[in-house]
Amino acid sequence: MTKIEAVIQPSKLDTVKEALREVGVDGMTVIEVRGHGRQKGHTEVYRGAEYTVDLLPKVKVEMVLPDSRVDAAVQTILKAAKTGKIGDGKIFLSRIDEAIRIRNEERGDAAL
Amino acid sequence: MRTVLALALLVFVLMMGVGAAYGHAQTADATAAGGAVTASPPVQDQVAQLQQQVSDAKSAGDNAWMLVSAALVLMMTGPGLALFYGGLVRKKNVLATMMQSFTMMALITVLWALVGYSLAFGPGTSFIGGFRFLGLQGVGAAPDPDYAATIPAQTFMVFQLMFAIITPGLITGAFAERMKFSAMVAFMVLWSILVYSPMAHMVWGKGGLLNAALGGALPTLDFAGGTVVHITSGVSALVCALYMGRRLGYPKEPMPPHSVVLSVIGACLLWVGWFGFNAGSALAAGSLATSAFVATHFGAAAAALGWAGAEWLRTGKPSVLGAISGAVAGLVAITPASGFVSPMPALAIGLVAGIVCYLMVAKIKGMFGYDDSLDAFGVHGAGGTIGALLTGVFASSAINPIFKDPQGHALASGLLEGNARQVLNQLAGVAIAWVLAIVGTLVILKVVDAFIGLRVPDEHEVQGLDLSQHGEEGYNLEA
Repeated sequence: MTKIEAVIQPSKLDTVKEALREVGVDGMTVIEVRGHGRQKGHTEVYRGAEYTVDLLPKVKVEMVLPDSRVDAAVQTILKAAKTGKIGDGKIFLSRIDEAIRIRNEERGDAAL
Repeated sequence: MRTVLALALLVFVLMMGVGAAYGHAQTADATAAGGAVTASPPVQDQVAQLQQQVSDAKSAGDNAWMLVSAALVLMMTGPGLALFYGGLVRKKNVLATMMQSFTMMALITVLWALVGYSLAFGPGTSFIGGFRFLGLQGVGAAPDPDYAATIPAQTFMVFQLMFAIITPGLITGAFAERMKFSAMVAFMVLWSILVYSPMAHMVWGKGGLLNAALGGALPTLDFAGGTVVHITSGVSALVCALYMGRRLGYPKEPMPPHSVVLSVIGACLLWVGWFGFNAGSALAAGSLATSAFVATHFGAAAAALGWAGAEWLRTGKPSVLGAISGAVAGLVAITPASGFVSPMPALAIGLVAGIVCYLMVAKIKGMFGYDDSLDAFGVHGAGGTIGALLTGVFASSAINPIFKDPQGHALASGLLEGNARQVLNQLAGVAIAWVLAIVGTLVILKVVDAFIGLRVPDEHEVQGLDLSQHGEEGYNLEA
């Protein structure tokens, strides 16, 4: 089982969600986050005082999938979230030790 | 069955209505017919009665306007100032900041009723009133002709109360986010008695040194409180900011407003409320109120454009916070001038105030490094001073013949009209306001600091005043 964490532009969330649903991924967790990589922030001015805001709003989409479906999901996310500009985001993959469905305590791939 | 009952009830009600109207008409006709039969009273009595009715009507108009004005001015404090200041602080201090304004509404009211009004408007010396009106005795339905001949003395008192409420509220902008609530309460009680009431007495009270309307020795033109309200509070704010020191982390740590949205709403309420503040200071519903209303509005408008324009040129973007701050600066500056100047000078005063206050806040504050958190000095202290001085320039007897010769002819009011001396008198009034504010505030700060302590401990300041002073959080949005 692999966890996919994708930090994407907030404006791309709907596109990514739709695209994933079309390839059969219907479970995910979406979190609003702030962050930056190499993307510069912006400056705000309040009564003459300047504030640099370098933590930009992003969206993180998380899902845990059986290994067989990971490649398709990653390709889907890449295609849906890409604009070609700095700030598009990143995808991280990590190994998951166990998954358990709370309702009926199923384990492993059956729980995904 | 139910339908039948409903219909019956409807018919019954209709019959009652028709019956009542018909009966009324019958009675009216009877009276008219009856009146033609008895003899009418002599003409002198009728004229006297008519004169009384005209006078009553004028008083009714004046009193209605003055009560509305008083309500408008109270609205400036709550929620106007509460929102304006509340939006400018960090989220963790929003309630505490609003509480400071709200508390004035309650605290100053009681103080004013007990002793404040008497000290400000009772007869006394050139500097302070006495105790004639202690507990508001003698302040009733009859007008006090020294102040306003067509409205009850109580109306005048309650109108002035709203000014006494908002003035200390303005100071809270200087020590926002770091003052103990208990210390603030003590400070405000003392400040209202030792600074506000004397200044109000000098400018507006019977026998006041600076009272232009009642023959003061150094007549200062201050229609609605440029010196009494804005200079005293603004300068006191500066003293507080310097005495109490900067907020933890200032100026390195960013402390942007948590909600300019709230501040916009607050500023708009201030603008509308200011019509009560300035136009209400005409103390009557006549053409002077109109003139002050127009001047007020024009001053706000020009200043908003002035600040926004200056900021646009200097930084490349006109901020919303800048635009609303500009409007407030203009309103402050036009306050002393509002009942003395015509519309075009009002635009000029507003424009100057907008630009100068912008520079005060954007450049000068940074140069000196003091932490006047919400720019109470930059806007009220500076704006009030500018306005008071420009009043001496632009005041016109054509708008308001405040100075008269022994025969009752109007004398020139301001510089442009030929009375160059008035600018010096304005300077005197401004200087007295500054000195009173500085000395009074320093003394009070020292005393309160010694007995209670002014600042919250560092951990409380970091935690936020909402939690540490009031045990509350402003926004429980997850609930």
